[in-house]
Amino acid sequence: MHILVCIKQVPDTKIIKVNPKTNTLDRSSAPAILNPYDAHAVEEAVRLRKIYGGKVTVLSMGPPQARNAIRKCVEIGADEGILISDRRFAGADTLATSYALFKAVEKIQKTDGVDLILCGKHAIDGDTGQTGPGVARRLGIPPLTCVIRVEDVDVENRTLKVHRKVEEGYEVIASTLPSLLTVEKEINEVSWAPLPNMIRAARYEPSVWNVDDLDDVDIKQLGLKGSPTIVGKMWPPEKSKGAKMISGDPADQTVAVMKIFMKEQELFTKAGRKN
Amino acid sequence: MRVNIDDYRGVWVFMEQKEGQLLDVGLELLAAGQDLARKLEVDVCGVLLGDGVKPLTNQIFEAGADKVYVIDDPILKFYRTETYMKAVGDLVRKYKPEIFLYGATSNGKDLASAVATDVLCGLTADTTLMDVNVEKRLFEASRPAFGGNIMATILCKKHRPQMATVRPKVIKRLPPEPGRTGEVVEEVITLKEEDLKTKVLEIVKSSKKAVNLEEADIIVAAGKGVKDAKGFAMVAELAEAMNATLGASRDVVEAGLCGHERQVGQTGATVTPKVYVAVGISGAIQHLVGMQNAELIVAINSDREAPIFQAAHYGIEADAFTVVPMLTEAFRKELSREPAGEETEETEGVTSRG
Ligand SMILES: Cc1cc2nc3c(=O)[nH]c(=O)nc-3n(C[C@H](O)[C@H](O)[C@H](O)COP(=O)(O)OP(=O)(O)OC[C@H]3O[C@@H](n4cnc5c(N)ncnc54)[C@H](O)[C@@H]3O)c2cc1C
Ligand SMILES: Nc1ncnc2c1ncn2[C@@H]1O[C@H](COP(=O)(O)O)[C@@H](O)[C@H]1O
Repeated sequence: MHILVCIKQVPDTKIIKVNPKTNTLDRSSAPAILNPYDAHAVEEAVRLRKIYGGKVTVLSMGPPQARNAIRKCVEIGADEGILISDRRFAGADTLATSYALFKAVEKIQKTDGVDLILCGKHAIDGDTGQTGPGVARRLGIPPLTCVIRVEDVDVENRTLKVHRKVEEGYEVIASTLPSLLTVEKEINEVSWAPLPNMIRAARYEPSVWNVDDLDDVDIKQLGLKGSPTIVGKMWPPEKSKGAKMISGDPADQTVAVMKIFMKEQELFTKAGRKN
Repeated sequence: MRVNIDDYRGVWVFMEQKEGQLLDVGLELLAAGQDLARKLEVDVCGVLLGDGVKPLTNQIFEAGADKVYVIDDPILKFYRTETYMKAVGDLVRKYKPEIFLYGATSNGKDLASAVATDVLCGLTADTTLMDVNVEKRLFEASRPAFGGNIMATILCKKHRPQMATVRPKVIKRLPPEPGRTGEVVEEVITLKEEDLKTKVLEIVKSSKKAVNLEEADIIVAAGKGVKDAKGFAMVAELAEAMNATLGASRDVVEAGLCGHERQVGQTGATVTPKVYVAVGISGAIQHLVGMQNAELIVAINSDREAPIFQAAHYGIEADAFTVVPMLTEAFRKELSREPAGEETEETEGVTSRG
């Protein structure tokens, strides 16, 4: 079974800073990491390979540094990595990203065949979760989002079952191979990389393709040009006038805030706790 | 699709339903849709798919829709991307709306992403603010961006429809107008079951009592300032004493102190309780967008500069480890509850369930 995992290198948004004067992102302020959800997707692919055999390839679109994110996936256990990197991809929104990834998947399919595609739930920088379903649509294969479990993969009969997390619990869905799955973080725990993987990863050089390496690409659908959405105005989140500070030592503060709460005493007594 | 944008008119809202019950988020979005539609002088329309769902149209009109597009077919009984995408995509191609809103639920996000690629248009995720430039008929969908230190307006100038997903509870519903009606437009879906690749075998409802932050009147939420399981348990006790639902910031969830079902914020629940108490939460924008519409926000934080004090109505600059137990005590006394000697089963439930 050939499993393809789409992974993205993202700035660690926990640390990233915004330049308050220009309202732009100071990318140098944050280290680039493998999108945490994608690590779960790679882990799941490796787990499935252990059961069903085959190969795990990761695919990423990004700048040359994104090779490091691919190496991270090799640590987790991926066999191969492909980076599509080209200035003409730059500035892509999810629609243009899904087009570029789709073109790369098509090329991979020609030589290797692809049985299953995994994506993360969302990328922590853009935070949209739109890319996976977009790639699936372009390939004409079913997207299964919010996946928390994969089972009964039958490579011969080309079927599988997944559990899909929804608000009220989960759904059990039967689908066909190839399908595209976007995985939630509870699907697995990303394990520590074994030493041989680390050594292999450190030296690993992924294949790098540019636009010309792909077949029949409509340049107009790539990058900024191919992106219907644009970022208009940006502004720092509104600052309200701020809280009224309750002064005094903790005992005074408690008394004072209780007075405020107890204006609504009814609410607290009858508030049927929902859980 | 890059299209003649003047062919596109009207504001649409996807009316997600489950087992014949409309989800609240669709009804909420009709309020936003109506506002946009009135400014643009067009209709606001609901899009309703399912099996035996026609009777729901009345409720959709009463919630503010002028028109409802319905496809009622057994094949649409359960949400599946392939069927719903085809149905919605066909409607869009035929009737050409200029704006199309979806609730940012599991299925709503899935559907919107697939439709956007199907009809090749722009889609903004998790919008928190909406407006429209009437002259240019340009939809302005704003959301926190780049890790959230900043708000950004996403525009889509040359493609139609302009689509967005919006979290439940971000928009306030209009009071229903009993008896209000409108036009029903019925369409059919051309897919056959045997041509489909996916099948819903079973829906397993979570047996454990789901945490229902969205519906809670009182929420006490713990942030990373509570440090560890002990600090978290301390906040859980306050929640119990206040008859509150226990919430958390993402950092607390990521630290494994409780499950994701308790997370408040952009990637957790959007809540609108009457009272929200934030303990040791810094107030990052992704947290704030999930709770800033609470009626009364009280923040407890040891750092006077913490941004949560901007969003709160009342601020207590103090060490949570001192003030929280005092508050718990005060609530127990006020509401005359027995102080829990032993950990009661309930407290344990609250602290260990996450
Ligand atoms: C794409 C994206 C989505 C996100 N989604 C969410 C989301 O849905 N929800 C969410 O919450 N976050 C979300 N975040 C994370 C968010 O940016 C913040 O990192 C997070 O909210 C911070 O959590 P915190 O306030 O608990 O921790 P911190 O920021 O570490 O704050 C801890 C606070 O506790 C105070 N403190 C410390 N000790 C004490 C004490 N003894 N007594 C009282 N106060 C004390 C400190 O002064 C500080 O203000 C998201 C981030 C990204 C990039
Ligand atoms: N540039 C990219 N290269 C490869 N995969 C990507 C890229 N962008 C997004 N993805 C995949 O799509 C998922 C969702 O991303 P997003 O739609 O940006 O939230 C990620 O978790 C990845 O699996």
